[in-house]
Amino acid sequence: MKVRKLMALGLSLVMAASLAACSGSSSGGSSSGGSSGGSSGGSASGSKVVKIGVFEPQSGDNGAGGKQEILGMQYANQEQPTVEIGGETYEVQLEYADNASSNDKAPTAAQTLISNGVSVVLGSYGSGVSIAAGDTFLNAKMPAIGVTCTNPQVTAGCDVYFRICFLDPFQGTVLANYAKKDLGATKAYCLAKQGDDYSGGLCNYFIEAFGKDNCIYEQFPEGTSDYSTYVTNAQNQGCDVFFSPVSTEAAAQIIAKASAQNIGMPILAGDTWDSNVILDAAKGTDVEICVTTFYQEGANANFDEGIKKWINGDSTAKANNGGNDELAAVTAMGYDAYYVALEALKAAGSTEPTKVLEVLPSLKYTGVTGDISFNEVGDANRDSAVVKKCNTETGKWDFVTVAKAE
Amino acid sequence: MSLGQTILPYIISGISVGGQYSLIAIGYTMVYGILRLINFAHGDVFMVAGLMMVYLAAALPLYIAIPLVILFTVLLGFTIERVAYKPLRTAPRMSVMISAIGVSYLLQNLALYITGGLNKNYPAIPWISDSVSIFGMQTTRVTIITPFLTVFLSAVLVWLITHTKLGMAMRAVSKDFETSQLMGIRINNVISATFIIGTFLASVGSMLFFTNYPGVVPTSGGMPGLKAFVAAVFGGIGSIPGAVIGAFIIGICESLIKGLDTILLTRGVIADQVGFATFSDAFTFVLLIIILVFKPTGLFGEKSTDKV
Amino acid sequence: MTASERNKNLKIFAATGLFLFVILILDQVIKPTSSLSMLLTVLQKGSVYALAAVSMNLLNGFTGLFSLGHAGFMLIGAYTYAILTIPAAARDTVYQYYHAIVRFSIPETLSSFAGPLGTVIGVGIAVTIAGLVAALFAFLIGLPVLRLKSDYLAIATLGFAEIMRAICQWGKLGPLTNGSNLLKSFARISTFKLDLGGTTLSFSTFVPVFIATVCIGLIVLLVNSTYGRAFKAIRDDEIAAEAMGVNLAKHKMLSFCTSCFFAGIAGACMAMVLSIAQASNFKSAMTYEILLMVVLGGIGSITGSVIGAMLFISASEWWLRGLDSGTFLGINAPGIFRNGFRLVVFSIIIMVVVLFFRQGIMGDKELPDAIQAFRTKRKMKAEAKAAAAAETPAAAEAPAAPDETPKGGA
Repeated sequence: MKVRKLMALGLSLVMAASLAACSGSSSGGSSSGGSSGGSSGGSASGSKVVKIGVFEPQSGDNGAGGKQEILGMQYANQEQPTVEIGGETYEVQLEYADNASSNDKAPTAAQTLISNGVSVVLGSYGSGVSIAAGDTFLNAKMPAIGVTCTNPQVTAGCDVYFRICFLDPFQGTVLANYAKKDLGATKAYCLAKQGDDYSGGLCNYFIEAFGKDNCIYEQFPEGTSDYSTYVTNAQNQGCDVFFSPVSTEAAAQIIAKASAQNIGMPILAGDTWDSNVILDAAKGTDVEICVTTFYQEGANANFDEGIKKWINGDSTAKANNGGNDELAAVTAMGYDAYYVALEALKAAGSTEPTKVLEVLPSLKYTGVTGDISFNEVGDANRDSAVVKKCNTETGKWDFVTVAKAE
Repeated sequence: MSLGQTILPYIISGISVGGQYSLIAIGYTMVYGILRLINFAHGDVFMVAGLMMVYLAAALPLYIAIPLVILFTVLLGFTIERVAYKPLRTAPRMSVMISAIGVSYLLQNLALYITGGLNKNYPAIPWISDSVSIFGMQTTRVTIITPFLTVFLSAVLVWLITHTKLGMAMRAVSKDFETSQLMGIRINNVISATFIIGTFLASVGSMLFFTNYPGVVPTSGGMPGLKAFVAAVFGGIGSIPGAVIGAFIIGICESLIKGLDTILLTRGVIADQVGFATFSDAFTFVLLIIILVFKPTGLFGEKSTDKV
Repeated sequence: MTASERNKNLKIFAATGLFLFVILILDQVIKPTSSLSMLLTVLQKGSVYALAAVSMNLLNGFTGLFSLGHAGFMLIGAYTYAILTIPAAARDTVYQYYHAIVRFSIPETLSSFAGPLGTVIGVGIAVTIAGLVAALFAFLIGLPVLRLKSDYLAIATLGFAEIMRAICQWGKLGPLTNGSNLLKSFARISTFKLDLGGTTLSFSTFVPVFIATVCIGLIVLLVNSTYGRAFKAIRDDEIAAEAMGVNLAKHKMLSFCTSCFFAGIAGACMAMVLSIAQASNFKSAMTYEILLMVVLGGIGSITGSVIGAMLFISASEWWLRGLDSGTFLGINAPGIFRNGFRLVVFSIIIMVVVLFFRQGIMGDKELPDAIQAFRTKRKMKAEAKAAAAAETPAAAEAPAAPDETPKGGA
């Protein structure tokens, strides 16, 4: 018994010792994915280092999307690894913290980044985790630039959170108008995930714009694998469009069922469905899918070519992108977010988070996804969304139109 | 649309998912009958079987991959029993249950680490994943095959239990653990056989389940495992036909609850949505609590007297 | 109470007081951006889980009722606390899709009378109400469920937790619970600040730690009373306890409701610490984690649960993070040390503890007793050595009858 108690105590001491070692090695290098030799081992030559926090999900429901968003930042970091701040050249190092797509791990992940000494945080993919971490950032006065979190609650009431994407009320209206005018739908079936702020919020705004009496709204519980009943519900109710802005994981299952049961109506979704996961799931089927998103491949040929070359040349990056080089819009947004952060650091002239916070409201930048500037709440002044359709034969996205705010 | 036509798609998908639950439920009920242990890790073994198929099918042709998956899953179940449950056989019941929870935790985290957090797509097994039309609705062939395969496998298992020496040993052990040891039954072999059979059925179940719902994530096994256990309790713990019937009932009820709003709306019974779909998972537990309060031994269970 | 017992209690009281004082100082000294700020985060989350673990230990370890519904009661506590403390002005932004029913906030109302003291009292009242509502639900659920055998009790309580989660996320209850969306902007640790002219005193870590300490103290008092002895009797042998005159139903219900009362308070503190309250956080996975903390610390030991919870949270949120980012203890292996490795290592450690150290860290002893026993043993060893040293020269003399039995410290 005594020996066992001693061993247990010894185990705890080992964990305590690793604490000492850990605080020393807190400048942890890259996590999964990342050009080898790129971001780790930054301060080898003694040059100055500025850290940018990457607050993204790398596992869980939104893991796939988060990884694709990180790819944009990593490519930008590889393209532009240094920045001029106050007359000196700093090396830019990306610090990662995985919020695991879960709202209760988000505050600790945010706090890890803050205590590692980052100057600005990029993220996240997924509005729920961004809302959850808002308080932690506010408390530490750490500026955070949301990349594709579209729920208005991310910036409302949180002065340190900014975002470079459009908002859900705007996206919901665009989708509803598209459904009514271009698809000629009179009745819509809306499916959201229980406990998910993003899909619930976007469905809400869609229903508001479409007309509450013409919509059927249902939610599926977490961990659902069987979506066949929801597809049947939509068919039985005589709906003309299936609106389901859920994560890519659920999306793949929904497409499989929609194709197996011959859904008979087009599927509409928001920016989460702009990913090659959806292209792979829909290839060879006859399902009609339209999405609103931030970027269309071909809008900036230079960027497209460069990043595809980088993805194809790095096996971890390719695996994180789902095994091919089809660009997700979130990757382009991640790329722009990195450059916005660099602009902010340049304008601030210092690596102090509070100084960066001061210059962000008046920052202007033109990236591959368009012009970026912030309004008084911290939201981006965006007035257009790209509408894309999935081509199930070629397995690529077809550009439909650019919808403006009405 | 007549009532039958409205309800039919839900019943068919309910029967299909119920069949898949029943294959898992048999594993639970057999282990509980002999060891009085809720094997929380069973659902995660089911998920690991799915993951193994994803990785093996990417490297080998399907007709080699399928038997290999079954073999490796059975080995996994056997190993878990030897490593995590056998040393605790004399420990109080809570310790073994906690060990099961620990194994479940370990399997989920291992799966998360190996897949890197990305969800995997299950390979399509030809022929059973083809689309067929039945009674006017479109579905995949696996939906039709599942109930028949399930009933066939359970019938084989019941025959095994009632007509072979091993089956007699299993029945003896589940009646009285110590006395069967006194009678010369090799307990370790019987328990290992139980786990092997249970895991074999779970791996077959995983093939059917993931062909129908082709996304595999580390948490895919949690809910189905729990529902399968509820089904086992519902049907009477220790009884295999009970587990199968319980699982079908749970599958059908779950499917009907999800579609209840639509059914009632299209029949004009209610004017506005009630939101029944929110309770599709919770309803399974409501059924469980009702059966535990009113008939604790389940639908087909036997009443055992508690001697003081 | 004998003099030595009173002495011991005084020492424990003093130690706790010192601990709280240290926390208060740390709160002011460590800034959010310093590299030690993770210590504060771990203390905050750790104290919440410590309270949850102790309340589960009360139910599982001291009364022997294996219940897996803890996450559901923490959920009720968290939601009650959040609903009662969202300031009136923020109601519409938080409940953006519904029209909120509850439109007042207890700390806000009280602070309009009594200033900062009013906020403190208001938070205390809200936390207590959270616990009471959880206990009420426990009473209702316990009525049908507590007479089931241990395995069925586990699954039934697990089921109730899931049902409660579904109810809280129901769209029709949106005006009360905000449906699927999270609740925010209520009284949380970042708002626990006191402005004294120039400086601001921060109480962010102090408040959850203080609440947890007070509640754990109450549980200790309960366990050391006649009720506690009745619980242990029920755990050891139900039938014998009944034969001895212990009313099984009443005591089981008491234990269940008390444990869920404190679970509700733990849930309220969780909402305070995370600054959001959302039903999807309180899954059965949380119950399993708390159970593992209890096992790690030792079933039947309160200090064990506290230590287990602190170790668990520190390891999984802080110390082992390096395992996820490629460099750990100086070893650089990005291929192995990638996302998810930390949890794998962690699960293996848990399995090792469950299989080989079944008693956990503390077994069923408490820390003050263990320290006392350690000191006594050391004293006895020293005395025995001294006696042996004194005996050897004395043995050369006339064989003196050893009429002095070495008095071991009692």
